[in-house]
Amino acid sequence: MTESFGGDVRLTGISKTYGAFTAVHPLQLDIPAGSFFALLGASGCGKTTTLRMIAGLEEPTTGTVSLAGRDVTALPAHKRPVNTVFQNYALFPHLDIYENVAFGLRRRGIRSVKQRVGDMLDLVQLGDHARRRPHQLSGGQQQRVALARALVNRPQVLLLDEPLGALDLKLRRRMQLELKRIQTEVGITFVHVTHDQEEVMTMADTVAVMNGGCVEQLGAPADLYENPGTVFVADFLGTSNLIAAEVAEVVESAGLVEVAEHVEADRSSRAGGDLVLTAAGGAKLTLPAARCRASARTGRKVLAGVRPEKISLAHAADAAAIPAGRNRLTGRIADSSFTGVSTQYVIDSPAAAGLVVYEQNIERNTRLRPGAEVVLHWNPAHTFGLDADQAREAKAEAARRSGPSGAGN
Amino acid sequence: MRAPWRWLRRNLVVVAGLATLGYLTLPNAVVLLFSFNDPDGRFNYTWQRFSTDAWTDPCGVADLCGSLGLSLRIALWATLGATVLGTMTAFALARHRFRARTAVNSLIFLPMAMPEIVMAASLATLFLNMGVRFGFWTILIAHIMFCLSFVITAVKARVLSMDPRLEQAARDLYASPPQTFLRVTLPIAAPGIAAGALLSFALSFDDFIITNFNAGSTVTFPMYVWGSAQRGTPVQINVIGTAMFLVAVGCVLAARVAGGRRTRNKARRSSRRRS
Amino acid sequence: MLGPVRGRGPAVRGPRPPVRPLGPATRKRLVPYWLLLPGMLWLLVFFAAPLVYQASTSLQTGSLEEGFRVTWHFSTYADALARYSPQFLRSVGYAAAATALCLVLGYPLAYLIAFKAGRWRNVLMVLVIAPFFTSFLIRTLAWKTILADRGPVVSALGSLHVLDVTSGLGITEGDRVLATPLAVVCGLTYNFLPFMILPLYSSLERVDGRLHEAAADLYARPATIFRKVTLPLSMPGVVAGTLLTFIPAAGDYVNAELLGSTDQKMIGNVIQSQFLRVLDYPTAAALSFLLMAAILAMVTLYLRTSGTEELL
Repeated sequence: MTESFGGDVRLTGISKTYGAFTAVHPLQLDIPAGSFFALLGASGCGKTTTLRMIAGLEEPTTGTVSLAGRDVTALPAHKRPVNTVFQNYALFPHLDIYENVAFGLRRRGIRSVKQRVGDMLDLVQLGDHARRRPHQLSGGQQQRVALARALVNRPQVLLLDEPLGALDLKLRRRMQLELKRIQTEVGITFVHVTHDQEEVMTMADTVAVMNGGCVEQLGAPADLYENPGTVFVADFLGTSNLIAAEVAEVVESAGLVEVAEHVEADRSSRAGGDLVLTAAGGAKLTLPAARCRASARTGRKVLAGVRPEKISLAHAADAAAIPAGRNRLTGRIADSSFTGVSTQYVIDSPAAAGLVVYEQNIERNTRLRPGAEVVLHWNPAHTFGLDADQAREAKAEAARRSGPSGAGN
Repeated sequence: MRAPWRWLRRNLVVVAGLATLGYLTLPNAVVLLFSFNDPDGRFNYTWQRFSTDAWTDPCGVADLCGSLGLSLRIALWATLGATVLGTMTAFALARHRFRARTAVNSLIFLPMAMPEIVMAASLATLFLNMGVRFGFWTILIAHIMFCLSFVITAVKARVLSMDPRLEQAARDLYASPPQTFLRVTLPIAAPGIAAGALLSFALSFDDFIITNFNAGSTVTFPMYVWGSAQRGTPVQINVIGTAMFLVAVGCVLAARVAGGRRTRNKARRSSRRRS
Repeated sequence: MLGPVRGRGPAVRGPRPPVRPLGPATRKRLVPYWLLLPGMLWLLVFFAAPLVYQASTSLQTGSLEEGFRVTWHFSTYADALARYSPQFLRSVGYAAAATALCLVLGYPLAYLIAFKAGRWRNVLMVLVIAPFFTSFLIRTLAWKTILADRGPVVSALGSLHVLDVTSGLGITEGDRVLATPLAVVCGLTYNFLPFMILPLYSSLERVDGRLHEAAADLYARPATIFRKVTLPLSMPGVVAGTLLTFIPAAGDYVNAELLGSTDQKMIGNVIQSQFLRVLDYPTAAALSFLLMAAILAMVTLYLRTSGTEELL
């Protein structure tokens, strides 16, 4: 019926309201055929509702859904060339594994059931479990059955609703790679809903970060991580240090800082110059103008952000050895914790309290103990700038939203 | 002297529980024993001598097996009726919202919270005044009425505990609404429906009070036993009582043995595969 | 039902005719009502309507030959209450005693099955339920044998002087147990014991065994664990069990008839004989109406005080 080549998904002005509550604000999304697309967000952000509207399990209040160029908004779930891997799998408890996988094929009256189910069970390495019941399988095995049950139908689009949420950490890591492998192999469009940013980083080609029923930012995971557009994205995707600062002056690019490979694209736009910021305590920070979301006007309030692993730590006594041209902040170690691969420091600085720094455990500096005076320094090209006013508004918005009803979430 | 006391104190729950179990099963033992009695006179209350006469001729008393057959027939039809009506109602209640939800729920709850004799007398009053002839049909109507609530409760609990995502998964896998119902909803609700049906059968077969008011001159098995308590109790009553008990326990044991063997076989097969 | 509409339904999405009296959506919305209808109708016609009808019967006068007419004859209630209040009180008393006994006897067994039985759990459950499969009338008759006048049970009780005590309390007579209040309460307890054990078991079974360990870890002695953890958590079972025992016991007449004498007649016996033998339908209706009202009032009061109204 359908080829194993994926179709593209196009959501046009789609929204969902339940009474007075708006789960999804009118939304515009284009998911290219054959891509691995992730919807990332906290619970209640509207990502699952969006997925269910694609599946046909939820009727959109406004807007249309099209699959491979065909408007399917009015098609009921059982007529859409789309299959879903449900949260907690929803395997039929009264059917064995074989019949679970064969379910969709039988409903469509396809003849080569035996062949296709057998192949699919082999693909997910469950060939010798065909006659077991779902409850006799482990969580990881059930997850693979759910995947096989959906994939065997060769849908144009595969929808995954928190498919790895119920697995333990090790298994989750393995299944992430497995899912990515299968997606590459079958070439179907995957739309994946999750609240786990690590899953997104490992698997997705494109991520839409959702918050409060809206898409906050859309892009490749690495882009979103390196250059988050909002405070929400900066915090939800990994950890960010955000330092309140004010634009002191706009200067021509110094051009002497070496630029990391993944921000290569920014190099050309560095022509836009650098912003020199002043933070509390008088510290001066340099921020490439192209990496700042706020307009580059002198006196403008911004939040200067930097990821914890980009920062190097030096003991105050060694401050002289730090190369010139790097952003510096002084501070005192408030806390340190050893996490195996790295050590995590929490540093109180006059510029901002509670800055987080990850130092790889290559050679551990024994002088970096709680109470020690240190200098934090990093390549200015790794700094990103966020609009402080917009951040304040977002915060107020979030507080308003979680005020009356958000306690339970 | 103190050791036994300490033992008793530690095992008080076990001792008390087993004593209760004894209290519960003693009458069945007596029924079994007295099915081999050969009483003098009409009543089978005191032990005389061992005899297997009643076992070799269980239908040897007039009307006994006829009443048994009638009770089985009524129980079957009542089970069928109550299960079909009750399952429909339970699905409607579990899946949809109604305006008169509270009223509907009370209408279902009240028959279970009402002394049987109240339902019995009121229904008989209605039949009497409508000029309905008492007999098979009045008994059947009454039995379906009081079994209905139990079926609804059992099925509704099962449907409510069912993950709604299972039906969504079926729809997602190309099953139309009727197919979803037949292939997923109904099989998963089956244990609840079976429980309701079994309960209905047991309740209907063993019902005396409501039947007594609504039977007219028709005699079901419990009514036969009731009558015999006045006229004289034939040993065959004990034979049938014991046989019913043994058949039921046999079914339970057979089901358990079959279930046990299946899981064991599966375990063996999978362990072989692993090695 | 949905067949003919299905093919057409999905296509209709754009502008559609504004008025369509019985469109697919309306028809779909009516489905639950059609499902609900037969069962509800059955209960309305054969359960609710008879209760209303009975209320009107209780206010009728007349005789079988001339027919009965509603004459708003409230004195039937007064007469019935005056004449049969001993049986009324006896019913409540016997049912209460049987319920208390069921709780005392049933709790240890339910506890045993839920927490201590291990692999015997299923066997014990079968033993609790299996006696059901023999007709309850046959089993009740067996108590006539067990409690027979010169039988082993009565002889043992007599030689242990238990019967002297119970006779002193007025629940047995001389060296007899049969045809005394004790025999009737004993029979009621026996008959309704499973209705106590099963709800108790199902609420105890849900109690997490680790709670006992947690309580013990927090310095509770076994008795305290029971009082502060197990018992409160099993309260829904206790409430359901007492209701399931008390209600049928209060309306029962089989045990009083088979195991008691004329001095142990309960209200059920009166209703039965008024209805089936004396053919005084207004009195029978009034009595059963009073019984229903009394039980509903008691149950409501009980649920209020035990704080488990959601059971209703």
